[in-house]
Amino acid sequence: MRYRAGLVLLLSGILAAQAAPPPKAEVIHWWTAGGESDAVRSLMKAYQAAGGTWVDTAVALGEQARSVTLNRIVGGNPPTAAQFNTSRQFQELIEQNLLNNVDDVALRDGWDKFLPETVLNAIKVKGHYYAAPVNIHMPTWIWYSKAAFKKAGIASEPKSMDELFAALDKLKAAGLIPLAHGGQGWQDSIVFTATLANIGGKDLYLKIFRDHDKAAINSPAFKQVLLTYKRLKSYTDPGSPGRNWNDATALLITGKAGVQIMGDWAKGEFTFAKQSAGKDFGCIAGFGQAPYIIQGDVLVFPKTGNAEAVKAQKLLAAVTTAPTTQIEFNSRKGSIPIRADVDATKLDACSQQGVAIMKEKIRLVGNGEIFMTPDQNGAMMDILTAYWNTNVPVEKVQKDLAAALNN
Amino acid sequence: MSRFARQATSWVALGPMAVFVLVGYLGTMLWTLRISFSSSRTFPADDFVGLAQYIKLFNNDRWLLSLNNLALYGVLFIAATLLIGFLLAVLIDQKVRGEGVLRTIFLYPYAMSFVATGLVWQWMLNPEIGLQQAVRNAGFVDFSFDWITDQDRVMYTLVIATVWQASGLVMAIMLAGLRGIDEEIWKSARIDGIPAWRVYLSIVLPMLSPSLATAFVLLSTAVIKLFDAVVAMTQGGPGVASEVPTKFIMDHLFGRANIALASAASVVMLCTVLALVAPYFYARSRADRRKESA
Repeated sequence: MRYRAGLVLLLSGILAAQAAPPPKAEVIHWWTAGGESDAVRSLMKAYQAAGGTWVDTAVALGEQARSVTLNRIVGGNPPTAAQFNTSRQFQELIEQNLLNNVDDVALRDGWDKFLPETVLNAIKVKGHYYAAPVNIHMPTWIWYSKAAFKKAGIASEPKSMDELFAALDKLKAAGLIPLAHGGQGWQDSIVFTATLANIGGKDLYLKIFRDHDKAAINSPAFKQVLLTYKRLKSYTDPGSPGRNWNDATALLITGKAGVQIMGDWAKGEFTFAKQSAGKDFGCIAGFGQAPYIIQGDVLVFPKTGNAEAVKAQKLLAAVTTAPTTQIEFNSRKGSIPIRADVDATKLDACSQQGVAIMKEKIRLVGNGEIFMTPDQNGAMMDILTAYWNTNVPVEKVQKDLAAALNN
Repeated sequence: MSRFARQATSWVALGPMAVFVLVGYLGTMLWTLRISFSSSRTFPADDFVGLAQYIKLFNNDRWLLSLNNLALYGVLFIAATLLIGFLLAVLIDQKVRGEGVLRTIFLYPYAMSFVATGLVWQWMLNPEIGLQQAVRNAGFVDFSFDWITDQDRVMYTLVIATVWQASGLVMAIMLAGLRGIDEEIWKSARIDGIPAWRVYLSIVLPMLSPSLATAFVLLSTAVIKLFDAVVAMTQGGPGVASEVPTKFIMDHLFGRANIALASAASVVMLCTVLALVAPYFYARSRADRRKESA
């Protein structure tokens, strides 16, 4: 008996040694809305199929999730991976040497070859790759309701800012809400960014967001951008202040409003209401050669010496960026894949338009978060939302922006 | 038990609390003060930049507006809550039937989380789905009540909603005070033929001053802490019209990764509270000393 017991112990020991525990990855993220959690499940499945164990720590709201991550890193109990935006949010983590890099994976898989430059610049610091990009969002799509356009007698899709204003006038005349807008600071910022991209073009966009160029901020061209932004306010309805973005999208879905300027996550709302791109609603990425703005999510990998955890981090970086995972994840999330070498036919019409534009490298620019610190971004948002809502002279806005961005 | 043993026992009993106060309150206050003199962003830094964060703070339009808003809100909120709370207490003190039910009803708002009730207020005040639309549907098409979307009036909606919430508490405090008033006073006033309102105003109210002071301090701290109502009802909007200091601090602490500026703002708030509360405690300690020496 005793021998047998010993033998069992020995055998189980051998078995355990053969099947090393699968790389366990705890991932903190804020993909909690319907389509988002669907997307993260596909990521989870891909990771498990690759032999890993996924421990899901979903925290609603980006700000909340990021502060949980930061607190756990500072407290010495970091997760294996954590979501951040493709931005400077994790810059200080890199500077403080709190992140592991995934150079092995990036070099092996050739990230330099397939990642857009903007994304690459955000994750690659001093030659090291500190994050695995997950998706690309474009925050300033112009959505329109085909039903509302028909009712207002608008025959074709606007091709320029002037035509957009003409369409808005027609919608107003037809008694509809021309611009469905949620009057919250960040949504005001999106409308501003769209105006800057479509009127100012790539040059002015980069001069303001990237260079914080005082001369450009005080230029007549930028003044025109601000005035146009403010002009859009007159096309919103009295119920707009404080409205959530998805309630604004619902106005388009029900045909009460004509146009909304919002990121491609709005597509989830249309899909949920069983409306399809091109048939019930239209999407415009930008007029003419307007810059295509890139924003998105990445996974960062907090520092750890634990070999098992490092293995899990590398596996996660590889799985996340793999072509099949990219298609599965992004078709559910409404975003577009981080790499161009994937089969885009599984994506909807708007995403396909996005994928096509991604090939015109000259049009790609990062969003504000890529160029500015969270603090500068916030200060800019405060100024823009105050301007949108009150009668501040445009010159004061220019002055305030110049001060806030050079702070 | 010897005197020494008695003292030792009380120190052992108080010790944990004393440590907690020293480390948990004073310690974190000092830490916040230290951070406010540094250039910290996401993480605490140990450099020293003097008053730079404070200068930045008082050059920030949104911070100045937040202070203005808080002052306006504080005056209106405290005055209205004290008045309504007192009137409710007097009303209930008239030996009305169903006192228990009324008391519960008036106190209920205070027992509920403002995150939930604030959302209901937001819906009611929303011009397109709330009160305004309801009255218009009832036939009064010119009726207008859109304060929550109005730059200049949005702070009043916060006052209305929070007065609704806090009046019950003041009522409870005042009612306890009223119940402590000697019946003889009412009897003698009745014999002298003094009208009831006059008795309340000239005799009862001065006798209630300790209750009033308690209510005032409680309401003052509620003013300084004002946060949940703003987040639930307006999120600081429209624009930045209803921003308050606590929201400024929270925004900068995490979302905007600027803990030094947030700490400077917290220190300014702490000083404001001390400046408001210190005279009260000073007056009270003097009164106590006078009582002792008398």
